[in-house]
Amino acid sequence: MLKLRVTDRIDILPRHSLLSLVFSLAAGLLAISVIFLFSGVNPLYAIFKIFSGSFGSLYGLKETITKAIPLILIGGGLAAAFRAKFWNIGAESQLLLGSIFGTWVGLNWGPHLPWPVIVPLMFLAGFVGGAIWGLIPAILKIRFSINEVISTLMLNYICNEFMKLLIVGPWRGKTKHGFPYTDDLPLSATLSVIPGSRIHYATLIIAVVTVILLGIAIYKTRFGYEVRVIGENPDAARYSGIDFFKTTLVIMVISGGMAGLAGVGEAAGIHHYLSYPESISSGYGYTAIIVAWLAKLNPFYVILSALFFAGILVGGDAIQISLGLPAATVQVFNGTLLVFLIMGDFFLKNRVALQWGLKRN
Amino acid sequence: MKKINNLEMIDISKSFQNVMANTGVNVSIGEGEILGLLGENGAGKTTLMNILYGLYQPDSGTIRINGKDISIHSPADSRRQGIGMVHQHFMLIPNHSVAENIALGYEMTPLLFPQRKIKDSIVAYSKKFNFDIDPSRSVWQLSAGEQQRVEIIKALINGADLLILDEPTSVLTSQETQDLFQNLREMKAEGHLIILISHKLDEILEICDRVTVLQKGRIVGEAQTTDVDKKSLARMMIGRDIIFQIEKEPMERSDKVVTIDNVMVKNDKDLEAVKGISFDIYRNEIFGIAGVSGNGQRELVEAITGLRPVESGKISIDGNDITNESVRCIYNSGIAHVPEERIKFGIAPGLCLYDNAILKQHHKPKYSNKLFLAYSKIKQHAQNLVSDFKVLAPSINVQTKNLSGGNIQKLILGREISEDPALLVASHPTYGLDVGATEYLRKQLLKRRREGGAVLLVSEDLEEIFELCDRIAVMFQGEFMGILNSDDSRLKDIGLMMAGSLRL
Repeated sequence: MLKLRVTDRIDILPRHSLLSLVFSLAAGLLAISVIFLFSGVNPLYAIFKIFSGSFGSLYGLKETITKAIPLILIGGGLAAAFRAKFWNIGAESQLLLGSIFGTWVGLNWGPHLPWPVIVPLMFLAGFVGGAIWGLIPAILKIRFSINEVISTLMLNYICNEFMKLLIVGPWRGKTKHGFPYTDDLPLSATLSVIPGSRIHYATLIIAVVTVILLGIAIYKTRFGYEVRVIGENPDAARYSGIDFFKTTLVIMVISGGMAGLAGVGEAAGIHHYLSYPESISSGYGYTAIIVAWLAKLNPFYVILSALFFAGILVGGDAIQISLGLPAATVQVFNGTLLVFLIMGDFFLKNRVALQWGLKRN
Repeated sequence: MKKINNLEMIDISKSFQNVMANTGVNVSIGEGEILGLLGENGAGKTTLMNILYGLYQPDSGTIRINGKDISIHSPADSRRQGIGMVHQHFMLIPNHSVAENIALGYEMTPLLFPQRKIKDSIVAYSKKFNFDIDPSRSVWQLSAGEQQRVEIIKALINGADLLILDEPTSVLTSQETQDLFQNLREMKAEGHLIILISHKLDEILEICDRVTVLQKGRIVGEAQTTDVDKKSLARMMIGRDIIFQIEKEPMERSDKVVTIDNVMVKNDKDLEAVKGISFDIYRNEIFGIAGVSGNGQRELVEAITGLRPVESGKISIDGNDITNESVRCIYNSGIAHVPEERIKFGIAPGLCLYDNAILKQHHKPKYSNKLFLAYSKIKQHAQNLVSDFKVLAPSINVQTKNLSGGNIQKLILGREISEDPALLVASHPTYGLDVGATEYLRKQLLKRRREGGAVLLVSEDLEEIFELCDRIAVMFQGEFMGILNSDDSRLKDIGLMMAGSLRL
């Protein structure tokens, strides 16, 4: 009888990690190629189109950086949460609530305050909004042991509908001719961009600085040490007197808050008003899960992996237009890559061997 | 048709990662006989029975039924031969009904409506042995005793002539135990063969015809139960004159360090696990707690180290009340802890060795200010631990899970005593370690004693207890059966105390 034997791999070297990364990306692309083939598209051409569309031109590059901004912020926050083994699937709605909070500040206070005051206030409000939405599942988990995957996912739907309620109801703009949008943010409450692009550089700077600080926090500080111990072995954390409650709460304030910052960036930097949730976010909260995973939960690497996936998002738009593929193709693309990255991780941590027959005496 | 008239296991040996669990074991049982397998925890009783039931393959040895060699590769093989086993932890699905659970492992189960066909036979067996089991009830509604009866019916319906029961009374009340024994007697009268694993002397004497005593994987005694009494059985189980391998120099204990005053602790099931225990520990003393595990030792240790709430009573160190303080506060007041499950509690396996060298101390000003960790000092400290405690590791930058058990334990011990704690609590510190590491760790505990530390040693290994301790308490069902000095001649009856039959 053919049997699978799985044993722990104990000697993982950096080159093993790199190899597993390369192989899982390659295998993922191969699997995606099959999907392209079934859609009647030459896979090599499609993959080439994706990457030339995102990294091959100045316009593409600018778009890629624009889309990388929210991914860096959210991916960094998720990397921290995942390190503490808190499976936050709710970044999407943490982003949305951040954009709601930020927009409220912008709409109501923007007309009366200059930008140096209003913009920081909006980011602060966005951080608070995201943090609140991150704290709810954290408290549910700690107090009532409610699985955070379920609660964060469900909170996404709640926030989604809440946002729709706002834009078709009380927040519908007077200047929008009945469309379900809020009014435009006043000029002082919008973020300026690098001319000729949509890169709202204030958020970009915040994103890069935040993930670098977060990286330092994770690897150099007492707090980061406690997060890593909790993530590696919660029992050992308890045994060594680490405050599980406090650490989890703080990590979810950070994780949710960073998604909230991204929400403010999208609302004030790109759209300048609130509309349907799916047009504000286009799934950044979910894509960022893969971003964090590809970065091996290291905040520093998040910057690179965010650029990579932003590229796929932009390239996906490109092949929609040039090859006539459906919009969901990019989601399939990302999902497939995540599956292969997780598999790669499994093969990195375990040695798998096929064996014939059973040992008999 | 009866499949088994007699069964022999001949010269069975089995090792796990170089630890011998069974060495050349011979066991036999005949028709209408109840055989007791007696031994301490870890003596190899369950391993031996798991081999018979097909869960493990022996390294060598043969199994014979009715004089014919047979081979058993899986529980299914074993059931076909007429062997059934009731595990200590029941293998039932709580949300399913009794009938569904029994149908699950039954070979003749039809594809559709499995429980219908089997209901009648369940009722029949239930009547025959007065089991009073309703096949349509869900398993989660049943008491432990009823669940056990379901397991027994399951084995009988699958055609078991030989029934193995692993510590069957550990989950039963005394009335349920009596009922079980009555059932076993009836089965015996029917010609069934029964093997009963236990470490309780009373039960073995009450129900078994013959007893085989295992110790450290070897058979150390066999007898008809009519020929032995509790005392001689206890000797057989503990089995030896006490041999001192390590020289423990005589030492006067000095000041009192820790006072445990009438402490009551509950276990995870919210039952009283420690029922009002009091004792003191002094400087220059090793205080040992002996006993079969599961008698409240774990709960007591967790209460002392702050991992589990104390329901009533008081724990104080150097005169300061630390009852129900936080783990960190208790550590800071001088109680260090080498935990029972070293990998589960003692380390973060994926982090580096140097990270684990400060697991309990990372908050101390020596290693961090409010914000940042001082990694240069931490690495220096880790380097010192590695060389002082002879931890074999390629470097301090390796992931800790790559170290062997013995080296992990040395690291933990070194870490715990590096701050010179007033009390060191060590739970089963040498469990599962090789001889070299064991000896090293024991010497380190004696060194603590010499240097003025107090040590609380919890161990199932009596040799270890006798070698190291100045005073020995025997714990049984949440109480101390007595506290004796290590030179007390009454220690020869420690087996009886561990079995709860003698209180001093």
